[in-house]
Amino acid sequence: MKAIQKKNRHASVPDEWFQWKGKDMEAAEVVARPSLSYWKDAWRRLVKNKLAMMGLVFLILLGVMAIFGPVFSPYDVNKQDLPSQYQPPSAAHWFGTDGAGRDVFTRTWYGARISLFVGLMAAIIDVTIGIIYGGISGYKGGRTDNIMMRIIEVLYGLPYLLVVIMLLVVLGPSLTTIIIALTVTGWVGMARIVRGQVLQIKNYEFVLASKSFGTKTSRIIRKNLLPNTMGPIIVQMTLTVPSAIFAEAFLSFLGLGIQAPVASWGVMANDSLGAILSGNWWTLFFPAFFISFTMFAFNVLGDGLQDALDPKLRK
Amino acid sequence: MLEVQDLHVTFTTYGGTVKAVRGVDLYVNEGETLAIVGESGCGKSVTSNAIMRLIPSPPGKITRGMIRFKGEDLVSLSEKAMRNIRGVDISMIFQDPMTALNPTLTIGTQLMEGLYEHQKVTGQEAKRRALEMMDLVGIPNPEERLKQYPHQFSGGMRQRIVIAIALICEPELLIADEPTTALDVTIQAQILELFEKIQKQTGVSIILITHDLGVVAKIADRIAVMYAGKIVEVGTKREIFYQPEHPYTKGLLRSVPRLDLKGGKLAAIEGTPPDLFSPPEGCPFAARCAYAMEVCTHVHPVKTSLSPSHQVDCWLQDERAKKLLATSSPK
Amino acid sequence: MLRYILKRLAIMLVTLWIIITLTFILMVSVPGSPFNSESSSNEIVQANLNKHYNLDQPKYIQYLEYIKSIATFDFGPSISKPHQSVNDLLGRGFPISFELGIISIAVAVLSGIILGIIAALRHNGIIDYLAMGLAVLGISIPNFILATLLIQQLAVNWEIFPVATWSSPAHMVLPVFALATGPMAIIARLTRSTMLEVLTQDYIKMARAKGLSPWKIIIKHALRNALMPVITIMGTLVAGVLTGSFVIEKIFAIPGMGKYFVESINHRDYPVIMGTTVFYSVFLIVMLFLVDIAYGILDPRIKFHKKGGD
Repeated sequence: MKAIQKKNRHASVPDEWFQWKGKDMEAAEVVARPSLSYWKDAWRRLVKNKLAMMGLVFLILLGVMAIFGPVFSPYDVNKQDLPSQYQPPSAAHWFGTDGAGRDVFTRTWYGARISLFVGLMAAIIDVTIGIIYGGISGYKGGRTDNIMMRIIEVLYGLPYLLVVIMLLVVLGPSLTTIIIALTVTGWVGMARIVRGQVLQIKNYEFVLASKSFGTKTSRIIRKNLLPNTMGPIIVQMTLTVPSAIFAEAFLSFLGLGIQAPVASWGVMANDSLGAILSGNWWTLFFPAFFISFTMFAFNVLGDGLQDALDPKLRK
Repeated sequence: MLEVQDLHVTFTTYGGTVKAVRGVDLYVNEGETLAIVGESGCGKSVTSNAIMRLIPSPPGKITRGMIRFKGEDLVSLSEKAMRNIRGVDISMIFQDPMTALNPTLTIGTQLMEGLYEHQKVTGQEAKRRALEMMDLVGIPNPEERLKQYPHQFSGGMRQRIVIAIALICEPELLIADEPTTALDVTIQAQILELFEKIQKQTGVSIILITHDLGVVAKIADRIAVMYAGKIVEVGTKREIFYQPEHPYTKGLLRSVPRLDLKGGKLAAIEGTPPDLFSPPEGCPFAARCAYAMEVCTHVHPVKTSLSPSHQVDCWLQDERAKKLLATSSPK
Repeated sequence: MLRYILKRLAIMLVTLWIIITLTFILMVSVPGSPFNSESSSNEIVQANLNKHYNLDQPKYIQYLEYIKSIATFDFGPSISKPHQSVNDLLGRGFPISFELGIISIAVAVLSGIILGIIAALRHNGIIDYLAMGLAVLGISIPNFILATLLIQQLAVNWEIFPVATWSSPAHMVLPVFALATGPMAIIARLTRSTMLEVLTQDYIKMARAKGLSPWKIIIKHALRNALMPVITIMGTLVAGVLTGSFVIEKIFAIPGMGKYFVESINHRDYPVIMGTTVFYSVFLIVMLFLVDIAYGILDPRIKFHKKGGD
């Protein structure tokens, strides 16, 4: 029975199809999967990640409000207005007022300025030092690398926040000293990542190729190594920002960071500690919400970038 | 002993559904070695994983077909029942011995845990069997070696241990997925010899997955040539090596360096296999085939039996193609 | 192994030396600190300081004496509480802080690992998304914010838990929760990601090919390897819990070391700040060292002295 079936199927094929056709190399090279450039592909995957996009949108809005928010507000950031203290959120005071009668809405955006500024500055400085240090360490290799890594290992062992606290005690609290204190040991993690990336990539053939043409070291680092190490660095940056924001709020909360009456989210949270016991929840809620949600947004964006930028995960 | 019929496996991914295996038929007799050869990505590893029911799911799925082993259809077996087949009746050896062993457990633990799982053995008995296996696969000082960790062994030694682990419950079928690919050439030969020795001593059947025809020539009894998720030609070693019929098989054989043919050029097969997101309607090899005819791009060829053991999927076996071949030569 | 330990030990000692030296330099250079100013309001204090820090001696003698005193676990006097030394404060506050810290870490590690494993096993399922959503939230909410929110809701509004002081198990619930949430979230995420990675390894496939049961594969083959990275971050986590305890103890009015530390910062009680920082640093650096050693013991690949093979 099988034989008959086979014969029938053979027979059903028209005779004129038995013509030579030969190879069709174009068809043989067709790849159905669309090939995208690395960055386009990463962007496509990032857009698909709803949580990460939500984070990105939130951060953009926060950035806009940090710049323009106080402009829209008729209230002065630090102007005390004791008669109107502890007013719940209303049309006049969208986020209510605090114990000194200051407008929480206005103060929140000032706090956003400080948090974003500290976060971004810390990240930028960390990246700069980290790339230079890690790049040199990984690229030079050998003895240089060995010594530089020992230094990192020692620095890595230093308790981060304790060192920051010590530095702030000595330098005195201000925006600049916070950023300095945060970056004194903060770059170590970034340097480690950059070094790891460089070590992995420097033995790739294209680097060996440009080396054999006598290209200068600095040029190799700039042209070949950096573009290929960007992924993990960007991810690390997105994760540095929230930890710096946390550190600033934490230190301000302890009274070591930004000093009252300047509006930082940490200061606002600290100020409202007593207020919540008396039921004035809004004084705590808004700074608490914005700190948490900003960190959340950076964290999910960092996660999303990590997934999007890791080509190994491409399915 | 093992018979696979019309096996289909698909993988669902972001980009669409990959039809990795598209209707594979094969069988393995007791005590013989069947080699499945083909380029990487042709579905040979997927086929072997499907037999073990080790396709990661999701994204993978056996969508159609039957895997009959000793009268039972493995496709419809429960996961629990399947566990009593894995390692006991059918064992598997993986490509890279460097990653196949758990770095944090001793060799002895990894060797004996299959025994403890499937057979009621005392510690003494398990150890005796483990030592026996170490001896069989040729590892010196087995007593001491049992207590060591994988990183203390070389690649070749690790592959021997992997083989010992696969054999400890005395399976009837051994699936070896590229068992020599990750090894040095000299070690490769030793491992192949080990396979021959084991088969002689235990009578185990072997499915050998490989892209290396040199390996095949050494130990296979029968050969199945796989291309784009299908078996395009199957036959005894003699038939495949001396009377290949499928242009792809011929191409594969021509691409193997040979010392006995002087001046012969090494012919690579041009082009790449079709994308299995959307496999072509006709013969998947048509685009790379010098003998391709109009029909090949439209209709998939039907199996033709050249001998009881030799089958090929190719339109060139059709009477009309033979006529065409007699009167003209391809472009 | 011995070489590994010695190497770690050397790094630890250098780190210790740096932190001790750093605190000394910072204290000596800080304007208005008792180390610089001759004027002191309290004679007893000045006498204590002189005695402990040898302020009448040259700087290098001060430095050497300082290192000597730390080596003998003497962390100096206090300014704001003239009749107490840092050691007195430590003796009173540290046991409480230690208890809070240990409980928090235990809670964080246990629940984090369990959450991470469940999420990994239900990869891309609802439980996974839920667990990981919670984890990101846990990482994002600063512990002092969480603590205040907890007080507001659970203690003030609903009056479920008491706050302030450290007198009964019920008093411990909120501070431990506030302190453990962040580390728990970090551990859960790490466990999940390493677990997922380990589950794709060949040796897991091999274990499945042996016909082992899923639970045996997870516990015997996957978990051990997946938990290795968790051990490596334990040092950082302990540091996080420790610094977190400063604010938590402040908010919950727990009479632990952290509370004294925060008070000393507010009073600019430099000797206490310095002494406590050094004490904490020593504690943390030793913890890091122990973690490294534990890692070396658990991962057989690090014992490179015995090289086998052929």
